[in-house]
Amino acid sequence: MSGIKSTGVPSRELIESTFPSEERRKSGPFAVIECWQEIPCDPCVASCPFHSIADMQNINDLPVIDHSTCNGCGVCIAQCPGLAIFVIDETFGAEDEASIRIPHEFTPLPAVGDTVRALNRDGSFACEAKVIKVRNTKSKTPVIEIAIPARLILDVRAIEPLSRAKNI
Amino acid sequence: MIRECDVLIIGGGPAGLASAREAVKAGCSTVVLDDAMELGGQLVKQTHKFFGSEMEYAGVRGIWIAEKLLDGIAGSPLFTPYLRTTASGLYEDGVVTALFEDREVLKFRPKKLIIATGAMEKTIPFPGNDLPGVYGAGAVQTLMNVYGVMPGKRCLMVGAGNIGLIVSYQLLQAGVEVSAVIEGMDRVGGYWVHASKIARLGIPILTRTTILKALGEEFVTGALIADIDENWQPIAGTEREVDCDFICLAVGLLPLVELFYLAECEMKYVHKLGGDVPLRDATMRTTNPNVYVAGDSGGIEEASSAMVEGAIAGLCSAKSLGAAIPDFDERFARLSDELAELRCGPVGEHIRRGLAECTMEELL
Amino acid sequence: MRIVEHPILKFERGRKVAFTLDGKPMEGFEGEPIASALHDAGVTTLSYSIRHKRPRGFFCAIGHCSSCLMEVDGRPNVRVCTEPLREGMVVKTQSGKGVLR
Repeated sequence: MSGIKSTGVPSRELIESTFPSEERRKSGPFAVIECWQEIPCDPCVASCPFHSIADMQNINDLPVIDHSTCNGCGVCIAQCPGLAIFVIDETFGAEDEASIRIPHEFTPLPAVGDTVRALNRDGSFACEAKVIKVRNTKSKTPVIEIAIPARLILDVRAIEPLSRAKNI
Repeated sequence: MIRECDVLIIGGGPAGLASAREAVKAGCSTVVLDDAMELGGQLVKQTHKFFGSEMEYAGVRGIWIAEKLLDGIAGSPLFTPYLRTTASGLYEDGVVTALFEDREVLKFRPKKLIIATGAMEKTIPFPGNDLPGVYGAGAVQTLMNVYGVMPGKRCLMVGAGNIGLIVSYQLLQAGVEVSAVIEGMDRVGGYWVHASKIARLGIPILTRTTILKALGEEFVTGALIADIDENWQPIAGTEREVDCDFICLAVGLLPLVELFYLAECEMKYVHKLGGDVPLRDATMRTTNPNVYVAGDSGGIEEASSAMVEGAIAGLCSAKSLGAAIPDFDERFARLSDELAELRCGPVGEHIRRGLAECTMEELL
Repeated sequence: MRIVEHPILKFERGRKVAFTLDGKPMEGFEGEPIASALHDAGVTTLSYSIRHKRPRGFFCAIGHCSSCLMEVDGRPNVRVCTEPLREGMVVKTQSGKGVLR
């Protein structure tokens, strides 16, 4: 057995399946919910100020997001107990650039303008990335927005904790 | 002196506190015994956000939930907690004895007893599993999240269930490295989101892998691991050393059921629930009409369902004492529905099957 | 070693108190379990087993497994994972079953 069930690493195809249409992707930031297992959990539904995540008939239902009303505000990122929601913005920066917002519960937090090490979904080094925004939340799940090459939007899903990056 | 009370709850964790809240709300004098220094049971070390729905505080970190459960009852004259108090005996006349701070014996005579003692960690056999540095995953969580002490520098996590995955993440948060998470099954047992959380931070999850040996004489200095075949036998030639200075075992929990035996509750071994558990009905009553069960002591599950079970046990024990609960039917139905919904998905299947073995339509 | 910075938690520690381990001076925070103060100081062997005299550390840290029994102020078989540390405690590594004095 391979893939997310045995390694925790989702395949590119699985990640891509949560992406909206090409047209929607070019129109602004959008949330992707990387939650593919029916588990009893529903805080994302209530977290969305635009009701873009459909009500669940059953708490084990998979979340379904309506990308036509999701404006990529990112409120859901810090509300997901599984830290499985990211917001991607392909309209950010130059043609070959994009940004991704990532939940990052590590200390110390990077600061805007810092260069951090962006990691792929399997934890390998992806690229160096500039921090665009740092938003701390009451529930202590800070959300960090970083600029990445557009070609890496299916891959980059984490930021190397600074405490650890020092030792590498 | 024998202390009288309506409801005595043994265990002040999520199940016990949820029971206490319902019993106090119904006007019952309620005593909670707990052997720890503070209430909350294992919630006090759960730094992650809970799953479930609003009723179980989904999205709230476990460490903040105990406080919420105590909201509204902490100052009530009907609520009396005893900390550092270990229940030690249960007698035919209904008296419960407890040892306070290892020095004073207290006696209680409750009308109803709710046993919410939780669980303890299992171990697995391998040479060196008794060395200092081989810790239960929950123990490591306690040490670092409650007392702020680093368990070591580099961990080998054994078991990729939710506890193994969550504690691995929490180790990283505390600044401790995790060499790998190993798992005997061919898949992670915990939620995939927990697995992804650590995978993307570079912790490898190695399925079909087992620990052969803890290395070291006085303390763990490493571990020997190997791949296993379909029959769970190590495959020759795959042995390799893992760099670690402690080993965490997250290989399952065992319900703490001694008190049910003392209360002569009818018990049954249910593999899917982790061990021997008491038979119970939908109100969480056991075969002893004065004894109720709630939480992991009745079968290993999640804290979210433990809280709902606790609420049911508290509500129903109060009702059985004749407490006036005008909206009892409605509340009982709502809690039962909530519990059924938490368990109805694919990840709840083994719980449903386990419970089918020990839940009675009607008790004798 | 103590955790200094943590993304979620703030550790409220009691005052520093002195105690002894097998006669050696030690330090810890009042009210924390004896085992946590010892672990912070790098002491992980708490007792030696009854028959084979193998080293024993804590295992469950919540008072259930009896792997951490030590002699505290003359009292044997104290579960140091749940016993709060007090000023001046005399803690001894226990070997075997412990002796009541």
